[in-house]
Amino acid sequence: MEQRTGSQKSEVILKVFIYVALITLAVLIIVPVAWVFLASVKENSEFYGNPWTMPLGFYWQNFVDAWNSAQMGSYMLNSAIVTALALAILLIVALPASYCLARFRFKGRGFVRTSFMAGLFINMNYIVVPIYLMLKDGDDFLKGVFGGGFLLNNMFVLAVVYAATALPFTIYLLSGYFATLPHDFEEAAYIDGAGYSRTMVSIIFPLAQPSIITVILFNFLAFWNEYIVSMTLLSSARGARTLPVGLLNLMQAQQGRAEFGTLYAGLVIVMLPTLILYIMVQRKLTQGMTLGGVKG
Amino acid sequence: MRTAKGRKRFILLCVAPAVILFVIFMIIPTLNVFRISLFERGAYSPTETFVGFDNFNTLFKDEKFIVSMQNTILMIVMVTIFTFFFALMFAAILSREKIKGQNFFRIIFYIPNILSVVVIAGIFSAIYRPDNGMLNSVLSMLSGQQIQVLWKDQPMVIVSIIMAMVWQAIGYYMVMYMASMAAVPESIYESAGMDGAGRFRQFFQMTLPLIWTNIRTTLTFFIISTINMAFLFVRAMVAKGMSDVGLSFMYNQKDAGLFGYSMAAGVIIFLFSFLLSAAVNRVTRREVLEM
Repeated sequence: MEQRTGSQKSEVILKVFIYVALITLAVLIIVPVAWVFLASVKENSEFYGNPWTMPLGFYWQNFVDAWNSAQMGSYMLNSAIVTALALAILLIVALPASYCLARFRFKGRGFVRTSFMAGLFINMNYIVVPIYLMLKDGDDFLKGVFGGGFLLNNMFVLAVVYAATALPFTIYLLSGYFATLPHDFEEAAYIDGAGYSRTMVSIIFPLAQPSIITVILFNFLAFWNEYIVSMTLLSSARGARTLPVGLLNLMQAQQGRAEFGTLYAGLVIVMLPTLILYIMVQRKLTQGMTLGGVKG
Repeated sequence: MRTAKGRKRFILLCVAPAVILFVIFMIIPTLNVFRISLFERGAYSPTETFVGFDNFNTLFKDEKFIVSMQNTILMIVMVTIFTFFFALMFAAILSREKIKGQNFFRIIFYIPNILSVVVIAGIFSAIYRPDNGMLNSVLSMLSGQQIQVLWKDQPMVIVSIIMAMVWQAIGYYMVMYMASMAAVPESIYESAGMDGAGRFRQFFQMTLPLIWTNIRTTLTFFIISTINMAFLFVRAMVAKGMSDVGLSFMYNQKDAGLFGYSMAAGVIIFLFSFLLSAAVNRVTRREVLEM
């Protein structure tokens, strides 16, 4: 009897500890994010006292300033264009390739597959400098021939680079899925007289919808949040910028000028789309991670 | 129709675009990292002169590079230890315990992972502001005296970056561990519970050995991603030159127009990450427990 109550007591203490730990981490994550949301509607004069006061009113002018004078509006448009283009290119290129690599036996298949697998270990941060130099040399060459280059400071080229560097992971994920489908699907289509491409586009791709959505989700987040490659390839002082790079410039400029409200409004503008997307699809995202990632 | 020739053409049309993009934007740049490291290239003209291993010789004597590599190592060790501990603890709690609001906690913990590093840098600059920043004001409240730590200055800057990185990474690894813990069949725990094995014994003697393969993989992830993330955080969070890590040193050399030197640093960091991952993989090799 004595022992029983003792173990019950330690059980209660453990449960309390568990909840304290969970709530502490949740608070450490929610509070800073919520603080930024609140700060984005504060007036500049409210930033000099106690940081934990509630905003006195909704000062929407911060968002107007961030959107217009800090150009977050046009940066957002750029980010949307680059992300959409990159996703489109990625899917158009990766889907047929993954399908063939997973379902057909042909000469060189093993080599191509191994190369893409090796590509999983190449990180953007290392190759961004050579890519920049390659495009710069290309521009210099074009200048000599046509009098003007268009490879650097070009959003389309940035989108192509994004798509290309996402290929290994995407092909790995998609061909993993295609390999699990039974061959009956194709055989039935062939008997009905459909050719290779018809079968692929109208029979196989619709089946792959769940994996395609996973691919879109992950790469949307990667492209939307990326800033090193974007900063390097769109480097012209007055040229186009993507949202994270614009925000980074705003943060650096803000250090001198102390326009806190505009800065936090800019932060909200950048993180709101990803947060909304995440809340909508969070289950898919955390499940997809284990699908493409490691298995225990 | 479906002829042998048609089949060949179909495969070629499907695979070729991916291979071409992959070769141009990944294979060639990767080979170029190694090639350029052996050359000296003018900042404004594309003329290259072969210098052999000169760039590497200078690099090993460069105090700044050595310090930035020391910072990288410090971050790998600290970020791995803290993230690993918390991620594993919360994964075990969320997958083995009956918790109210389990889904809520899982959703919240993963949020930092979907934010851009630039956004995280912005959030943490609000946390770290010396006057009325969130952290200093909480510390002042707790201690009852005015505290004004300069979090983004020496000597605290590394600690600040590490805290931000751990904040960002816990949720990601937690979800990863939860996935592999979910694969451990419930029946094993039931029989262990009957044998009187408590929570902690169950965790150390069953859960941990059963997900060991997954843990080993994540250790490699930790090394590679800390090297990369440290660069993203340093670049977005702290003033230039305040505290460099390997890759940010590399990028600064590129900004200065020293492309050959920059790529020599890239080669060293790459080899370092590769060798370290291999070593960790070797050290952690165990007999895998089958379920």
